[in-house]
Amino acid sequence: MPTFEYAPAPESRAVVDIASSHGLFIGGEFVEATGGTAFKTVNPATEEVLSEVSEASADDVDAAVRAARTAYTRVWSRMSGADRGKYLYRIARIVQERARELAVLETLDNGKPIKESRDVDIPLVAAHFFYHAGWADKLSYASLGENPRPVGVVGQVIPWNFPLLMLAWKVAPALATGNTVVLKPAETTPLTALLFAEICRQADLPPGVVNIVTGAGATGQAIVDHPGIDKLAFTGSTGVGKMIARSIAGTRKRATLELGGKGANIVFDDAAIDQAVEGIVTGIFFNQGHVCCAGSRLLVQENVADEVLRRLKRRLGTLRVGDPMDKNTDVGAINSKAQLERIQALTEAGEAEGAERWDSGCELPAHGYWFRPTVFSGVAQTHRIAQEEIFGPVVSVLTFRTPGEAVAKANNTPYGLSAGVWTEKGSRILWMADQLRAGVVWANTFNKFDPTSPFGGYKESGYGREGGRHGLEAYVTTGGGQ
Amino acid sequence: MSTRVDVRKTYKLYIGGAFPRSESGRSYEVLAAPTGRRSTPRFLANAAQGSRKDARDAVVAARKAQPGWASATAYNRGQVLYRVAEVMEGRRAQLVSDVRDSEGLTAARAEAVVSAAIDRWVWYAGWSDKYAQVLGGLNPVAGPYFDISAPEPTGVVAVLAPQASSLLGLVSVLAPVIVSGNTCVVLASQARPLPAVDLAECLATSDVPGGVVNVVTGRTAEVAPWLASHRDVNAIDLTGAADADGVDWGGLELAAAENLKRVLRPGGTGATAVEPDFGPTPDLSRLSAFLETKTVWHPKGR
Repeated sequence: MPTFEYAPAPESRAVVDIASSHGLFIGGEFVEATGGTAFKTVNPATEEVLSEVSEASADDVDAAVRAARTAYTRVWSRMSGADRGKYLYRIARIVQERARELAVLETLDNGKPIKESRDVDIPLVAAHFFYHAGWADKLSYASLGENPRPVGVVGQVIPWNFPLLMLAWKVAPALATGNTVVLKPAETTPLTALLFAEICRQADLPPGVVNIVTGAGATGQAIVDHPGIDKLAFTGSTGVGKMIARSIAGTRKRATLELGGKGANIVFDDAAIDQAVEGIVTGIFFNQGHVCCAGSRLLVQENVADEVLRRLKRRLGTLRVGDPMDKNTDVGAINSKAQLERIQALTEAGEAEGAERWDSGCELPAHGYWFRPTVFSGVAQTHRIAQEEIFGPVVSVLTFRTPGEAVAKANNTPYGLSAGVWTEKGSRILWMADQLRAGVVWANTFNKFDPTSPFGGYKESGYGREGGRHGLEAYVTTGGGQ
Repeated sequence: MSTRVDVRKTYKLYIGGAFPRSESGRSYEVLAAPTGRRSTPRFLANAAQGSRKDARDAVVAARKAQPGWASATAYNRGQVLYRVAEVMEGRRAQLVSDVRDSEGLTAARAEAVVSAAIDRWVWYAGWSDKYAQVLGGLNPVAGPYFDISAPEPTGVVAVLAPQASSLLGLVSVLAPVIVSGNTCVVLASQARPLPAVDLAECLATSDVPGGVVNVVTGRTAEVAPWLASHRDVNAIDLTGAADADGVDWGGLELAAAENLKRVLRPGGTGATAVEPDFGPTPDLSRLSAFLETKTVWHPKGR
């Protein structure tokens, strides 16, 4: 296969103006953190410090919760659904207007390729606000139960893999249903959330409806533990999800948890192999594999395993790994040093346990955090790389002979977030979809997302759904019932 | 004329379609609810005092039965559950008698409660082939994809049955769990377990496969923690934590977090647990508490 040499095609970063320091967004104002501590956020592709960001203390979280409560009782819960919707439409439009700026900022802070932040993340952010805006005055039609009402003040803690998109998944349904929000972005990717705060101001969103507190684990814990929080929405690791479930046990706080996964991408011998290979690539190398629903376990039918593996490796040789700001880049930087070390540790365990390691051998930049697209073959189900979430550009390949064996292997994990099926046989797709214990099944496609489509896991991948009519359920309380 | 000596029933556990005694060999005295006329509580029966091992055996039976029950057609599940109501109607006399003794009701009130329990069962049976259309559907995604979301059962559910409402309450928490294809382990009301065993006999003589419902009688505070912490239980209904001796529902929820069980908290506010009024017709919240939404995508093309 010929490899085309492309000239560099860097996106301009002139569109963003990053302040050297950022405060917290509480009650509609940017304020300094009371503790006076701050942390640095870096561009993972260059290790350049982008900005200093305030670390919210428990007192700051308390101020944010109080601002959210005031906004809830005085303004937002009393406002008509139609008017709430109009604020969300405004936000959707401003996101579209400032899309390029948001995409560049996301790529600088996160390390993901500009073509993904520009074509996937930011358009989906706008779509989420636009979709939920329309729900705000139609909740009584959503089969949510009798008299759906907002829950109150919602604490939201989001991860670093899709920073602004996860904010949209959380904030849009919360606001549409009449709740107010205290949101903490991940400590390695706070910048687009802080730009979103500015967007709220441009939209004249009433002060306190959205509050953004930056910080790390302690800030998140302060939100979880705050007695003024009525509901929590968390996306992140299963370990932290369990801590949250423990923290709220015996209280009346509600929670939705969107946690880890170890998705099986299952390729049958009658699949369109080249399409399946593209789907495998999308499944695990999209967003550097920093995707909870990634197809991190490739299950290939034994009689086509060699052929699939050969074509997959050839395809991986053509992936462009490097400068995320280059419009031709396919795989960007690993989000943080800590994450890179975790990927390294797990891949070393994979080798030590006897799996065969292959990578594309591509050149990597001298600075920043990088990991080559990597394939492990000869993986056993007991290997750590078949059981634990790597959250990086690493796929573990296992084989199977029968559909029943594929299902057994796919379901053999405490997780249950996603699965993929590749076959040209319709009845087999539907049978497989029934058998797989996963919240999302992609058949002859992978990693597709839409605001109308509910997303969430079975088993230890968490509970609750985000998106679609189903996603509204977590944000309302209804009358009646026993 | 001599009075006939009646043949009394042994009240046992219901596990995997069989009626074993507790493996522990223990039983406990079940007394009639005081009605004010008698000074000493009347003895009703010795119920099996279920143990940790019984609860675990029940989980194994429930897990084994789950795939088959979930893959039965919704029409079939509806008919099987409707059949349970038919059998309950046939055993009305015994249900009325045990509910009356257990809850200290008048004969007329006990009749009304049993009627409501049978009607509740029929109400839920009718949902089997309807809730998927109400709760699921096509998602209009922005692209050439067929995208559909449908509810599926969560798996094995542990149910703490209400302590006071021994039959209507039990039916109201049990039927919504199994109608969607879940299987369950029910911890019966500690002080009022007899109607639960009667109901188990109705289930055993209808067409509900063994293991779909397993009933353990005994001390709620002793057995519930083992169900809450069991790694092969997917969800737990804590309704029966209200007024259960020595039961801290927060502690059970804490144990349930270990494998992220879906938890249906007891009614009430704050730490206080209150048994709900099971009289009014319910909504879908109990049914949907034990469902998972699965979303399936497929491209469209020529």
